[in-house]
Amino acid sequence: MRSIAITVNDTRHELQVEPRELLVYVLRERLGLTGTNVGCDTTSCGACTVLLDGESVKSCTVLAVQADSCSVTTIEGLAENGRMHPMQQAFHEQHGLQCGYCTPGMVMAAVSLLREHPDPSEEEIRKGLEGNLCRCTGYVNIVKAVRQAAAV
Amino acid sequence: MAVTEQLATGIGASAPRKEDARLLTGQARFVDNLTAPAMIWMAVVRSPHAHARIAGVDLTKARAAEGIVAAFSGAELENDWKAPLPMAWPVTEDIRNPAHLPLATTKARYVGDGVAVVLAESRALAKDAAELVEVEYEPIPAVVDVEDALADAAQLVHDEFGTNHCYTWSIGGGEDVDRLFADADVVIEERYRQQRLIPNPMEPRGVLAQPTQATGEVTLFSSTQIPHITRVTLALATGIPESKLRVVAPDVGGGFGAKLQVYPEEALAIALAMRLGRPVKWIEERSENAVATHHGRDMIQEISLAATSDGKVTAVRVRLTVSMGAYLMIITPGTPLLGAWVYGGAYDIRGYAFECRGVFTNQTPTDAYRGAGRPEATYAIERAMDALARKLELDPVELRRRNFITEFPATIASGLTIDSGDYNASLDRALEMLGYDELRREQAERRERGDTTQIGIGFSTYIEMCGLAPSRILGALRYAAGGWEAATIRCLPTGTVQVLTGTTPHGQSHDTTFAQVVADRLGVGYDEVEVLHGDTSLVPLGMDTYGSRSLAIGMAALCHAADKVVAKSQKIVAHALEVAEEDLEYDGGTFRVRGTDRTMTVKEAAFAAWHAHDLPEGLEPTLEETAVYDPSNFSWPAGTHVAVVEVDTETGAVELVRYIAVDDVGTVVNPQVVDGQVQGGVAQGVAQALWEEAVYDEIGNLVNGSLADYLVPSAAELPTIEVDRTVTESPNHPLGAKGVGETGTIAATPAVVNAVLDALAPYGVTDIDMPATPERVWRAIKEARS
Repeated sequence: MRSIAITVNDTRHELQVEPRELLVYVLRERLGLTGTNVGCDTTSCGACTVLLDGESVKSCTVLAVQADSCSVTTIEGLAENGRMHPMQQAFHEQHGLQCGYCTPGMVMAAVSLLREHPDPSEEEIRKGLEGNLCRCTGYVNIVKAVRQAAAV
Repeated sequence: MAVTEQLATGIGASAPRKEDARLLTGQARFVDNLTAPAMIWMAVVRSPHAHARIAGVDLTKARAAEGIVAAFSGAELENDWKAPLPMAWPVTEDIRNPAHLPLATTKARYVGDGVAVVLAESRALAKDAAELVEVEYEPIPAVVDVEDALADAAQLVHDEFGTNHCYTWSIGGGEDVDRLFADADVVIEERYRQQRLIPNPMEPRGVLAQPTQATGEVTLFSSTQIPHITRVTLALATGIPESKLRVVAPDVGGGFGAKLQVYPEEALAIALAMRLGRPVKWIEERSENAVATHHGRDMIQEISLAATSDGKVTAVRVRLTVSMGAYLMIITPGTPLLGAWVYGGAYDIRGYAFECRGVFTNQTPTDAYRGAGRPEATYAIERAMDALARKLELDPVELRRRNFITEFPATIASGLTIDSGDYNASLDRALEMLGYDELRREQAERRERGDTTQIGIGFSTYIEMCGLAPSRILGALRYAAGGWEAATIRCLPTGTVQVLTGTTPHGQSHDTTFAQVVADRLGVGYDEVEVLHGDTSLVPLGMDTYGSRSLAIGMAALCHAADKVVAKSQKIVAHALEVAEEDLEYDGGTFRVRGTDRTMTVKEAAFAAWHAHDLPEGLEPTLEETAVYDPSNFSWPAGTHVAVVEVDTETGAVELVRYIAVDDVGTVVNPQVVDGQVQGGVAQGVAQALWEEAVYDEIGNLVNGSLADYLVPSAAELPTIEVDRTVTESPNHPLGAKGVGETGTIAATPAVVNAVLDALAPYGVTDIDMPATPERVWRAIKEARS
């Protein structure tokens, strides 16, 4: 077991983890933050996307020990003062989600995308979200949502 | 102000979704988010061989593993089952249906077939222990091709049958059809391959079974589309009395038919939770999902059209050879037959002959995948129509117009009656959006100058038979259950309303659309209505969600329940206001005594019904009504989809540059939701045409069983899907609505493939297998040139 300290959604946690333990399971099963979903086992779908020190990562491919001393933001930490983040609000208004399983990861990836490209074109959004799969929407409304959030 | 609010949430408004708040903030209740005290984890040991005798299962090491609770082989659990896993659609009397137990006992019949199970204190420890199970396999040659499987010397998937033939089912045919073909000016004969697909909902499956040993009760939480059907069938398989079995579908992360199933792991979790007295959880991994969750499609289609020289199609003959996989699951044999009635498409055709052969192979079982039978049918007829257009040198649009059914109701050659439609209207609208003539001009120019980027335009003027289904017809087709649906409206004393529906959403927005309709009918606020579903204790009656039935049937039941609420309220109001019922007029939740300003609302009636101080003689207290609705006909959406592709003739790369969908789904409750259903369905249909295929090698290994290898499209592969609608209301539905969940997938695949072939027309290419990968396109061009 290894000792790590991670700050998740502004709360610091000190944990003993197995060397093989993945960040996503630490978030889900140790800290009870089940908003981050697991959709695959090959780093392909992006459902588990979180921000690690501000950068989007697929938390199924980060060992918990790698996140030692880092700051993590999950979907639960996005809203402020009970108000949804503009990206969450945009997904809601544009019907950018159906079953909602890919949604937390998709929203986190989109937040990260706008930090790097504050005003992306449709093509840049589509390319920028290439690592996140959605099986429900056909992406049309996801693209619209990101455009809307970019305009805020 | 009130008007604005009503516009925002009433029928026809894009009401903001009620589901979103929890899904967007990480508060969803997917099965993997649930836990229970003393819970243990289950892992299934699966066969790595497509076909092998199980010579022995040694559990010694697994039973000594850290954190192990128990381990069992299939043989050790064999006598625990009261019945095999359910197969609910024995399509013929002589169908061959092998007993399918939750774990294989003597022979593994596909890669992924479960042979043993371990239970341990954590997810990781269960996986570790599973790896310590030593299974001795004696491999047997595998059958993976449906036509090879029917050869005399073929290896048998099930020895006891002496054949891999499962059933042959047919409708139509006979001398009339033979004569139409004999007399035809033109006959075309085509052969298509529907590749095997992996549904891949983003949430893999998962179960959590919570037992109460003392009373024999079990609650099963499962990522399923069908909690009610699961309860009935697993009561039979496990022997837990139906009255003691509760099945809950919490938030479900997509289904697409893959969760319209009763799976081994559900039965195992129930049985082992009860045996061990601890809650049992199993969460499927994605690569496990690729082999352990059923697949879709996988058939050879032979289709012939008889036509006159001016392009009037007179008869259609179809023969399917379909892979069942290794076992028959809940509707495996019936799935291809859901298309049996619509191989004639939107066309007025006199003669019809359809035959389907089901065949066992050493592969994951097939079953319903979005559209189930109807995408296959639409693909065949729409491609065949293009083949006929090529032969007659007619524009594919013109050929379709010459054959459209134009008068409704229309009894089609397969015997069913289409209630309504206007096929020219959606085609006209699609052509207008497309700018058809201009595109054809550009195409001609590129062909003229030998451009290496050729344009192709492909059409699919589809119809769909959905809203499953009239119970009498299901009975005639030997399906085991009915097709009715139930709804309850419970008006609470404080003015809010609970709606119970027996349909079960997994992304379709029931919470939103059902609330819109009830708010509209009963004059309560949209925010005052809560829609409950997916729990057999909360909603005891239901037939669940598949086949685009929730709006088509579930919503019809809801409208009838609303009518009953209004009728009972009217008695209460008449009594309270001391007038005759006939003296009351009703509009949007308020009763008014005709010609006066005396009013009383449904909400007020609900309160009066609850305190019951002064109700009409004989009227029962409380205001809660249930309706069970059995449809008289299927639901018949239709429309025109158009794909525009660019094909790089040097690399074979296909780019979908435009996609237009004009659908007629009758009355629309929520346009934004309907658009979303269409766009998502189209993406799946396009993916079949261009990217997706479950590839098996000759010894039965699935070679691309992960999301790294199986190409579910991302946003980067797809264009913006342009949608519009025409509206012909269904005369059979209280709102005039038709189903919409599958239209996109049904329509899209042939539109795209027809577009690819249209682009390749100058090279003389007339056929291409799906998915139309760059390699396949490049080879087709090369072969045509040589």
